[in-house]
Amino acid sequence: MAGRPTAPRPLSPHMTIWRWQVHAIVSILHRVTGNAMAIGAVMLFLWWLVAAATGAEAYATFLTVATGWFGILVGVGFTWVFFQHLCSGVRHLVMDSGAGFEIGVSRRAATATLVVSTLLTLSTWAVIFSTKGL
Amino acid sequence: MGAGTELGRVRGLGAAKDGVHHWWLQRVTAIGNIVLVLWFVFSLVRLPSLDHASVVTWLRQPVAAVPMLLLIASVFWHLRLGMQVLIEDYVKGPTRVVAMLALNFYVLAGAAAAVFAVLKIALGGA
Repeated sequence: MAGRPTAPRPLSPHMTIWRWQVHAIVSILHRVTGNAMAIGAVMLFLWWLVAAATGAEAYATFLTVATGWFGILVGVGFTWVFFQHLCSGVRHLVMDSGAGFEIGVSRRAATATLVVSTLLTLSTWAVIFSTKGL
Repeated sequence: MGAGTELGRVRGLGAAKDGVHHWWLQRVTAIGNIVLVLWFVFSLVRLPSLDHASVVTWLRQPVAAVPMLLLIASVFWHLRLGMQVLIEDYVKGPTRVVAMLALNFYVLAGAAAAVFAVLKIALGGA
């Protein structure tokens, strides 16, 4: 346009230039984990519940798959996905109240969601392995 | 009176004025999910066994069946709202209408199947 400066304008910040930070990763993970559960975990939940309602035979088929190495891998994965979405969601609820927006607090809280979700996943499966005889 | 042009308003463009309701229900169901899904995970982990007899015996109790029905309502409602945002962000044009319809059918069919399964077990059908 006429009269506008023609020198190249700075392009940063931009998606491909911006430095990755933990807040951004946790924010993206919140969407990814939520929608992964909405399809994947819900399908498995429905399989488990409908199999239990159908009868012992259908339930045995589910349990064979669920307690195989791949079933346990998926189970551990969705446990972390659930706890990550939970921790990140609680952080969102806190931020909805207007708290926790300072850069340091926000960064520590985002990091904490990753640490806590991992610890909760490990302790949940430690209990499952020690009590369910898998 | 709001943003946008007169023509845009006549054509029905602009905000549909129900964003706050969506936002609020997302939070209400989020808090419901915190309580109900944590209860569900703890209950399953605490069951002596996860074989058919143990799960059915557990779900026959009203203190398990009723929270399970509430969980189904809260979880399916929450994911319905969340996936709507995903569709609105990434799917454009007529495909968005198809995606929203598919989402609504998925949520209603899934929730109905889950509720039926819980009731069948709780009322002694399995």
